[in-house]
Amino acid sequence: MNDESGRDSGRIRIRVMDYFAQQFINGVSLGAIYGLIAIGYTMVYGIIGMINFAHGEIYMIGAFIALMAVVAFGISEGGLVVLALLSALLVSMALTSLYGWVLERVAYRPLRGTQRLAALISAIGMSIALQNYVQLTQGARVKTLPPIIRGGFEFQFGNTEFIVRLSTLQILIVVVTLALMAIFALLIAKTALGRAQRACQQDQSMAALLGVNVDRTISLTFVMGAALASVAGLMVTLYYGVIDFFVGFIAGVKAFTAAVLGGIGSIPGAMLGGLLIGLTEAMWSGYFSIEYKDVATFSILVIVLIFLPTGILGTPEVEKV
Amino acid sequence: MNSPHAASLRDAALVAGIAGILAFPFVGLLLTTEGTAPTLSTRFPEFAGAVVVIFFGRLGISAARRGHGLLPLVLGLAMAAGGAFSLVVEATGLGASGTAIWHAFVPGTFLSTVACAGGIAIAGLAGRNYLMQGRQPAERTPLPMGQLLLWLGIALAGFAILLPLLPGVDRRLIDVATLVLTYVMLGWGLNIVVGLAGLLDLGYVAFYAVGAYSYALLSVTFGWSFWVCLPVAGALAALFGILLGFPVLRLRGDYLAIVTLGFGEMIRIILLNWYDFTNGPDGITNIGRPSFFGLPFASKPEQGTESFHTFFGVAYDPVHRLIFMYYLILALAFVTNAFTLRIRRLPIGRAWEALREDEIACRSLGVNPRNTKLSAFAIGAMFAGFAGSFFATRQGFVSPESFTFIESAILVAIVVLGGMGSQIGVAVAAIILVGLPEYFRELQEYRMLAFGMGMVLIMLWRPGGLLTHREPTIRTRPAPA
Amino acid sequence: MNPPTLLSVEHLTMRFGGLIAVDDVSFSVEQGAIHALIGPNGAGKTTVFNCLTGFYKPTVGRITLHSPESRTPFLLEQMDDYRIVREAKVVRTFQNIRTFPKMSVLENLMVAQHNHLMRASGWTFLGLIGAPSFRHAEAESVERAEYWIGRTGLAEYADTEAGALPYGEQRRLEIARAMCCDPVLLCLDEPAAGLNPSETEELSELIGYIRDHHHISVLLIEHDMSMVMGVSDHIVVLDYGQKIAEGAPETVRNDPAVVQAYLGSDDEDEAGESEDTTS
Ligand SMILES: Nc1ncnc2c1ncn2[C@@H]1O[C@H](COP(=O)(O)OP(=O)(O)O)[C@@H](O)[C@H]1O
Ligand SMILES: [Mg+2]
Repeated sequence: MNDESGRDSGRIRIRVMDYFAQQFINGVSLGAIYGLIAIGYTMVYGIIGMINFAHGEIYMIGAFIALMAVVAFGISEGGLVVLALLSALLVSMALTSLYGWVLERVAYRPLRGTQRLAALISAIGMSIALQNYVQLTQGARVKTLPPIIRGGFEFQFGNTEFIVRLSTLQILIVVVTLALMAIFALLIAKTALGRAQRACQQDQSMAALLGVNVDRTISLTFVMGAALASVAGLMVTLYYGVIDFFVGFIAGVKAFTAAVLGGIGSIPGAMLGGLLIGLTEAMWSGYFSIEYKDVATFSILVIVLIFLPTGILGTPEVEKV
Repeated sequence: MNSPHAASLRDAALVAGIAGILAFPFVGLLLTTEGTAPTLSTRFPEFAGAVVVIFFGRLGISAARRGHGLLPLVLGLAMAAGGAFSLVVEATGLGASGTAIWHAFVPGTFLSTVACAGGIAIAGLAGRNYLMQGRQPAERTPLPMGQLLLWLGIALAGFAILLPLLPGVDRRLIDVATLVLTYVMLGWGLNIVVGLAGLLDLGYVAFYAVGAYSYALLSVTFGWSFWVCLPVAGALAALFGILLGFPVLRLRGDYLAIVTLGFGEMIRIILLNWYDFTNGPDGITNIGRPSFFGLPFASKPEQGTESFHTFFGVAYDPVHRLIFMYYLILALAFVTNAFTLRIRRLPIGRAWEALREDEIACRSLGVNPRNTKLSAFAIGAMFAGFAGSFFATRQGFVSPESFTFIESAILVAIVVLGGMGSQIGVAVAAIILVGLPEYFRELQEYRMLAFGMGMVLIMLWRPGGLLTHREPTIRTRPAPA
Repeated sequence: MNPPTLLSVEHLTMRFGGLIAVDDVSFSVEQGAIHALIGPNGAGKTTVFNCLTGFYKPTVGRITLHSPESRTPFLLEQMDDYRIVREAKVVRTFQNIRTFPKMSVLENLMVAQHNHLMRASGWTFLGLIGAPSFRHAEAESVERAEYWIGRTGLAEYADTEAGALPYGEQRRLEIARAMCCDPVLLCLDEPAAGLNPSETEELSELIGYIRDHHHISVLLIEHDMSMVMGVSDHIVVLDYGQKIAEGAPETVRNDPAVVQAYLGSDDEDEAGESEDTTS
């Protein structure tokens, strides 16, 4: 009897490990998606110091356009899935970027230099308007997409019946995210655009004096953020297979949390923050309760802001008096 | 063709082009789900209609902006006529017997309405240009804003008091007015936090929820009456304000906004999931109704007791309760207003405004920023708690659904659009943002879309809000003559 | 006999990342005197003020205030900014003006008497019911504000929005506001910046008046050499965060290190300014 219970607890221990590994994999995939959205928040906040409240909606629009493109290109299993997915990605990035550009042009640029609150209110207004625009034109019901990319790896540790799954899609999500991260990091470190962005971040009027086109730089920042959000949109559509007009709100808040957690203004920070938020959410749902997973995220936001206001990778700053 | 018109045309074409690209996936295509497989269908007539309306609308607006009279006038009238025509056709069913061709030209109620309204606006602008041609803009003398606002306030208050007695006022209008007043009261409460103290609170609805649930639970569990629960609910909401505010009030403006948003959502999620305590998504029902100084508004009073209509010897009429509710919220709103007007003139009120203007300067004058912010937060929360109690007793039912983020957003919009800190501004903004859409319920579907766009447009037009006038809270004695 | 020391700053050091803005600076301020802190732009003067008034926490150093109103000295480096004003009564103005722009001049001065008025209003409760004791205290505060409005020549602006005032008037408003806090030590950060010569003259008189008639010590940061030399009893010179000279105006003026710091080839702006003042 003793022997048996010993074996049981051993099995349970392995199962505990398996379960953890599974939640870890899920958390990383989710975190990659949050990270991609968070980059948009962090870049915009870094450059004009405002929370682009409508960024979550841009992501939602990206997801819709991506789903439409996927359907339009008639992607089913087999065939040139990769090629078709790539075209869907490009179409969605292009259109969503245009949304980002117009958003800044119409709702934020005229308010630059007035009260901070005015731009934030305008952003909230835009968020409400875009949500309802999509609801009105596409209906309130969820849109579904059956899985396109199947397959993956299965692991089994020991002689348990619990199987840890790592799907191709999850690998794809992480790989694409890492690739995009690398491209953007290079873009910002090496190109004139990146230099202009950093200049505007430090001091806009000084940058303008030195010949940086501030308006264009800010526009491009919005375009880049929107493009990344649309990638996240496509991946969420593939991953979960359901979207609706409301997905932008909560994802937006979480991605913003990720940006703050990583250190606002820092792109690697946004990725790191995204990963941590994704992991927290997966672990919390796995071990505690799914219902309260959003509460867990918000609590992290509050705790981070109180004890670590500059985030993990942000630069500490003494308020200049 | 002369060049200004060419420029207008090019501009309109560009705008219509971009709008066309943006609108194509959402207006031109329709995603539906059959089983689990998504299918895509097209809606080209609607799409084409939208692009055409945008093109001519933009053309008209830019021409009117350049001061032209004739072109925008003709364009505007044509658009208005076209829109009105297709609305009439649709309403009367003339097109029903028609063919596909007809449907290709009538793109739907929404677009027709937009075309009609936009056309009228453009024609109006153009008409003004026409009249103003060759005339100097008249010299404007600055208005005595303080006096004007005072009179506007008195007029609004008088109107509000007399409203239920006016001829032609029906139940629906009283209902809408009660709702508007609830928002006015909440707006005034939030005005203390956002307008005076400058703390952007995007989770104000949380305190509204705390008030409503406190009242609901106290009333259902202990059977306490409204007048006992009201102060308790206010105190509980204020306590929540202090608990939530304490750790986060030193955060910078936008961070505070996001954290308060998070708190708002957290409270809603907890209300939704804490089944034993809140009954989850089903909400709490059978909440006690307030009585008129002990007289309930029941059609059949219990044996041996009197109710409102038996006591006053009038016939039972459910409208009595509605009117009573109306006056109840009116009184609560007046109390909120009087309190705010008074506290603005006290040291704490001045410290709030100073904190909004410049926190560093405040600290350099010995003002404790944390306590000062906390007091604003708590008092604002208290009024939300009162309003929440009223909400619970009016509905007789509360559920987490009523306390979503959108409510907080509407309230912040009311305060900021009204003109941060202006009491009358809040009232006017509440009427515009809540009253109008509520009264025109037919447009329900488009309500939130119009609401969001309205927020953006008003901000673009007046970034400081509608009424920005501010009276000093204290003056030097007038110099002896 | 020397007048008693009011403020002593010992080994004050402030680092921002790699930058040492203030480097081991010690000096003291005597009661009832006007001390000046001078030095080229970026020398660290404002940073010293920020440490004194609690806006920055110094990396190293001790700042002690021997207030005549209190038996025990205050250790300013350990106190929060608002408590330094409330309890130790060290009050400052800002180099870049910080008024409450939408509030009237009188309201600005009423905010400065916040703590006194809060107590008088019974933490708002007495105020809400309109208690006579509060009304009385408020009237007194208005009187005090009016006194300083008159002193600083702002009478015609008393009920005007502070943001609408001309530049020189805003500078004086800040001084009036600081005086309404009833300071023991008044710290003025470049009060003459942007003023014309006659305004600067009036300002010197005002500062002298504050010392002589209200017996308040003043610590002054200023660029205008003729003003500093004319008004101060004692001068401390900073350069690159370090104290390079100290003493009476005459001694400092002729100190070779000071001349070097101001006329040094790398800082032409400052050179121009000091030439102006010597001509
Ligand atoms: N909050 C801060 N963060 C980083 N550097 C600062 C900060 N405050 C001041 N400094 C730096 O400290 C140095 C001294 O500044 P300051 O005291 O303002 O000079 P001064 O008032 O003598 O002109 C400058 O190089 C300035 O950039
Ligand atoms: Mg300085």
